[in-house]
Amino acid sequence: MAVLIQSEKAISREGDQMPIVEPSASETLSTVSTPIGSSSPVIERVYRHRLPVRISHWLNVPFLIILIMSGLQIFNAHPALYWGDRSDRDQAVLSIKPMQTESGEIRGITTILGHQFDTTGMLGYSDGMRRGFPAWATIPSAKWLAMGRQWHLFFAWLFVINGLIFTAYAFASRHATRDLAPTGKDFRGIGKSLRDHLLLRHPSGKESKRYNVLQRLAYATVLFIVAPLIALTGLAMSPTIDTAFPWLLTIFGGRQAARTIHFVACFSFVGFIVIHVVQVILTDFFNNIRSMVTGWFLVQHKGVGHEA
Amino acid sequence: MKPEHAMERRRFLKGALGAASLVALSGCDNLTQSSWFPSILNKAERWTEAVQRAVTPRDALAKEYREADISKMFPANGNTDPGTEQYAGHVARNFSGWMLEVVGLVQAPRSWSLAALKELPARTQITRHDCVEGWSAIGKWTGIPVGDLMRQVEPLPNARYAVFHCADVDDEGVAYYESIAVADCYHPQTILAYELNDAPLDVPHGAPLRLRFERQLGYKQAKYVTKIALAESLAGIGGGKGGYWEDQGYEWYAGI
Repeated sequence: MAVLIQSEKAISREGDQMPIVEPSASETLSTVSTPIGSSSPVIERVYRHRLPVRISHWLNVPFLIILIMSGLQIFNAHPALYWGDRSDRDQAVLSIKPMQTESGEIRGITTILGHQFDTTGMLGYSDGMRRGFPAWATIPSAKWLAMGRQWHLFFAWLFVINGLIFTAYAFASRHATRDLAPTGKDFRGIGKSLRDHLLLRHPSGKESKRYNVLQRLAYATVLFIVAPLIALTGLAMSPTIDTAFPWLLTIFGGRQAARTIHFVACFSFVGFIVIHVVQVILTDFFNNIRSMVTGWFLVQHKGVGHEA
Repeated sequence: MKPEHAMERRRFLKGALGAASLVALSGCDNLTQSSWFPSILNKAERWTEAVQRAVTPRDALAKEYREADISKMFPANGNTDPGTEQYAGHVARNFSGWMLEVVGLVQAPRSWSLAALKELPARTQITRHDCVEGWSAIGKWTGIPVGDLMRQVEPLPNARYAVFHCADVDDEGVAYYESIAVADCYHPQTILAYELNDAPLDVPHGAPLRLRFERQLGYKQAKYVTKIALAESLAGIGGGKGGYWEDQGYEWYAGI
């Protein structure tokens, strides 16, 4: 038998604070009024994600997908990356090219730091077309730089505005410092957390009410390092912005270096999204989705006896 | 969660994700092809121009590089030879008969021969050319500040755009042209260049005269310039969007 506990006390008690608060054992117990056998599960409802966080999160889903796919369209116009300020064609750190073999067959060849890889079907040559990234990965799907730029530069504005509003909220509400910044205790437990994640042993019960150390590190890195980095390297590719803020070129090591960092940051986002979505699926998909839609997250306690 | 449930969910999710990405992609393609959506996307150009102009001091210079930074090979993009008989004649005569006209909404329209332009005080700048495709190349350009020409012809108060007409036409016979704000003509680095890397401009790079408008992308750097016409509006010129590339969907404001 499952017992439902409404745990809204965090909100009612501290109106403007993020309610991912661990209730003390006595508080938890005090809400459980009826005696429960130590083996029966207790389900607690916690208000996990507040509205501004949820809105900002879901806006980022289409924004990021569009930015990544229109970005790959733009990349396809010159599918090579360089370091420094110039694009010396013989100095590319990465290039994706269709190449004709002796038998006349076309292969997609990706060269990374001098190492060649045959990436036919994916990069360089796909579906009978000579193109960097394949049609399914770009917006628009056809080769169309002007339109890719229009999508990218429009949604870049929305992404940046959303990011600035979120950041202001996260610091004003102390969401950033309380929920996202790892604590000293978190860092000491990082080895165990890493091992548990690799073995797909996910925190449950009380432990699942707060972000664990790897979540904190991942979210904080993406939000406060990768996102600003991708915005600033994007701006560093603008010749007008380089005129207004020449230090951008200095810190990133040149316009082509900024373009390379922009690309690496983009794939950091892709990597984060893949791992994030896999984790969401593996750790009770419907509960996770519900909490990001409605805010309410169900925590299953294995029984009061175990908690005490 | 029961294991069989989990598997079902996973299968469902996989299918759902695949379908979602297909729907998203074809949805985006439909939006791209629609009559209304691109005009919404296009609004970003105005925001970008307003913000970039607001944060960029009027006379701030684009970074100038050292001789050692110059690209060994400066790619020539777009048209690399106007290919007309008339232009071939100019090449044969080493551009001795090339004229530049400045006309339109000006107090004193006039024209210069190439030789006369080269008599005027010149500016040399080693700058970075940023192609809309993504690559960059550094070159040393020498030419006449467009602002000096403007001060001679005296633009009328209603002149907003300087339209650069070029000697080249594309495969379909469409004439190349480009335009910038008259205000931007007075930027010290806005020059009509006749030399690249200390040598007279060659045909692929826009001989004998090309625009250098350093704070914007490569497609604004009109080659083979024959005429600058000042206008109040871009409507009625070419496709009406302010340039050959703009008429094909690229932004008129090419600061990013």
